[in-house]
Amino acid sequence: MQHSEQAPSPLALLETMMLIRAYEEALVGIAAGGSAPGTCTSVGQEAAAAGVVRALTPRDRILTNHRSAGHLLARGADPGRMIAEVLGKRTGYCKGKSGSLHISAAELGVVLTSTIVGGELSLAPGVALARTMTPGDDGIVAAFFGDGAACEGVFHESLNLAVVWKLPILYVCENNEWQAFVHRRETMPMAHVRDWAAAHGLVAETVDGNDAEAVHAAAARLAARIRATGEPAFLETLTYRTRGHYEPDDQFYVDPAELAAWQARDPIELLANRLRADGRLDDARLAQIRARVRALIDEAVAFANASPYPDTAELFTDVYA
Amino acid sequence: MPVITVNGTISQAIAEEMRRDPSVLMFGEGVATKRRELVAEFGAARVRNTPLAEGIIAGTAVGAAASGLRPIVDLLFAPFLCFAMDEIVNSAGKLRYMSGGQFKFPLVVLAMSGAGWTVGAQHNHNVEAWFVHSPGLKVVMPSSAADFKGLLKAAIRDDNPVLFFMDLALGYQSGEVPAAEHLVPLGRAATLRAGRDVTLVSYAKTVHYCVAAADTLAGQGISAEVIDLRSLKPLDEAAILASVRRTGRVVVVHEASRLCGVGAEVAALVAEHAFDALQAPVRRLTGPDTPAPSSWPLEQAFVPQADAIVAAARELVGARAYA
Ligand SMILES: Cc1ncc(C[n+]2csc(CCOP(=O)(O)OP(=O)(O)O)c2C)c(N)n1
Ligand SMILES: [Mg+2]
Repeated sequence: MQHSEQAPSPLALLETMMLIRAYEEALVGIAAGGSAPGTCTSVGQEAAAAGVVRALTPRDRILTNHRSAGHLLARGADPGRMIAEVLGKRTGYCKGKSGSLHISAAELGVVLTSTIVGGELSLAPGVALARTMTPGDDGIVAAFFGDGAACEGVFHESLNLAVVWKLPILYVCENNEWQAFVHRRETMPMAHVRDWAAAHGLVAETVDGNDAEAVHAAAARLAARIRATGEPAFLETLTYRTRGHYEPDDQFYVDPAELAAWQARDPIELLANRLRADGRLDDARLAQIRARVRALIDEAVAFANASPYPDTAELFTDVYA
Repeated sequence: MPVITVNGTISQAIAEEMRRDPSVLMFGEGVATKRRELVAEFGAARVRNTPLAEGIIAGTAVGAAASGLRPIVDLLFAPFLCFAMDEIVNSAGKLRYMSGGQFKFPLVVLAMSGAGWTVGAQHNHNVEAWFVHSPGLKVVMPSSAADFKGLLKAAIRDDNPVLFFMDLALGYQSGEVPAAEHLVPLGRAATLRAGRDVTLVSYAKTVHYCVAAADTLAGQGISAEVIDLRSLKPLDEAAILASVRRTGRVVVVHEASRLCGVGAEVAALVAEHAFDALQAPVRRLTGPDTPAPSSWPLEQAFVPQADAIVAAARELVGARAYA
C-alpha cells in the first residue's frame, strides 16, 4: 500500500477497512476450526486503524497490542505472512514464535507489539527517545492501546514522561467500551480517557472512531503538530467492539440494544454510504473492491496453509542476540 | 595498579563506555543530579533525571534499546525492581524471541542490595535468582573493584539485557584495577584460591568471607578452592564442575535466601554431572527465608559469615582430615 502525507482517497480508506474486515473474518473461521488460539478481532473498530495509520509516514513507528491486525494491514503488512504467524508457521513475520497476539514487523516500522495490557505504553517513550537522538529523523511514534490499558499505572507514567521529555508520540486510545469482559463504565468515573490525558498536559482530543475520514483528519492534524513541536499528543477514537473479546465469545454479557446501536454505525457501511450518496462510489466499484480483497485473503490463507512449521531447533534460537 | 573504590570503578566504567560509544546513555531517579561529571562531559540528552516511576524508566530503556540506543538505567535498590518486572521480564527478556529475532535489547539495569546499611527489607532483598529464572536476561553480581569495572563495561557492550546487581556493602571497598582498558567477559567465573580438599562457591560479598575462611582453613591443614561466580547467568558450569571433580566437596555460599536460590542450581548441577566425584554431600550456606531485618546484629546474622563457612568445610572434610 502507498503511504503519503497527502490525505488518502476515501476509497483507499474504505478498501483498507474492508481488507481488515475480510482478514479478521477469515481468522474467525480459522479459530472456529480450532486453530488460532486467543485471536482478538477489531470488527467494528477498523476506522481507527485505517484513519490513523494512513495518516503516518513511512518514517513513523507503530507500537501496538493484542488487537493489532488492523494496524499491521493498514501499514501494508502481507496478510499471508500474518496468517502464517497466527498458525505458527515458519513464514510468519515472527517465525511462528508470536502467534496472533504479538505480531511485530520491523521492516514496516511496526515495532514492539506487547500483549501485556499497557506494555506498548511502557515501550513507546524509549522508541521515541531514540528517534529524537538520531539527527535528521523526524519520525513520530504512534502507540495504539485500549481504554482498559488506560487503567494501568504505566499509562500515566508513559504520558507524564512523554510530556516532561517532549517525546514525539501520538497516543491513540481506541475506546471500544470493553475491557475484556468488563464494561468501561464499571472501571472509570468518566466516559472518556481524554480527560486523564488532558490532566497530564497533552493536547488531547476525541473523535468519532467509526468515521474513518474524521479519524484520518484528526490523526493527520495531530501528527503534523507533533512533528512541528516535538511534543506528544493524544487521540481517543470513540468506538465499540462489536465481536467478543476473543474467539469464541458469545457475548452473553453484552446489552443487545447497545450492541445493535453501534452495529447500525458500522464504520465500513458508514463510509460506503457516504461515498455512494455523493456519487463517489457505485455498486460496480464496490463489487470490484470486494473481489480484490477477497482474492488477497484467499491467497493469504492458501499461502499460510501451505507453509511449513518451524523446525523444532527453532525452539532455542533468538533468545539472545 | 591503581587502587580504586567499587563506586569509583562504576563511574569510570560508565564514563569510558559513554566516551567510546555515542549510543550509550544513562537515566534514572537522580542520575543527572548525582552524576554531574557525566552531564558535564556528555550533555543533558545522554544523562537524565526521570520521574519517580520505575516501570516507565525500565520500559523506556527497553524501547530505546530496541531502537538503536544502549541505555543504562539506575533503579536504585533491588526491591524497587518489583515495579519494573513487566518491562524487564516480559519485554526485555521475551520480545527478541517473540519477534523471531527482529529486535535486540542492549541495556543494563543497575540495582543495589544486600546487608550493610541496616535499612531493612524494602531496600535490602537479594532478588538475583528471580532474573536468572527468566529467559533472555543476563545476570551479573561482582565482588571486586576490578570485576565491577570489567563486567560493567562488558555488560554495556553486550547486545542483551543485563541485570547488574551491586552488593551495597562493597561500594566503598577498594581494590586494584588495571589502568589500561579492562573488560571481564560475562559468564566466566574466577578461581580466587586454588585448593584440593573443598570448593567454596560464592558471589558478591560472601566471596570475601569465603576467602577469609580459606585462609583460616589453610592454617588448619585444609586446602580450600574459592570460586567467585561473578556472572549468575550465563553460569560458568564448567568451572564449577571442574573444581568439584578436583576436590570432591563443595560448599555454596550466598546471602540470598536458600529456596530456589542460585545455590540450589549449583547443588543440582553438581549432583547431575559430578555425583561420582563427590566425597560428601553438597552444603549450602545462605540467608534465611525471612525478610532482611534492620538491626545491625540481626542483619549480620542474616548473612553467612566466615566462621560458618569454616565449620561447614571442616564438617565435609572432617572424615578424612581427622581420621
Ligand atoms: C497485564 C494484563 N492484564 C490482563 C490481561 C488480559 N487481557 C487481555 S486484553 C484485556 C482487555 C484490554 O482492554 P482494552 O485495553 O480496553 O483493549 P481492548 O481489548 O478493548 O482492545 C485483558 C484484560 C493482559 N493481557 N495483560
Ligand atoms: Mg477496550
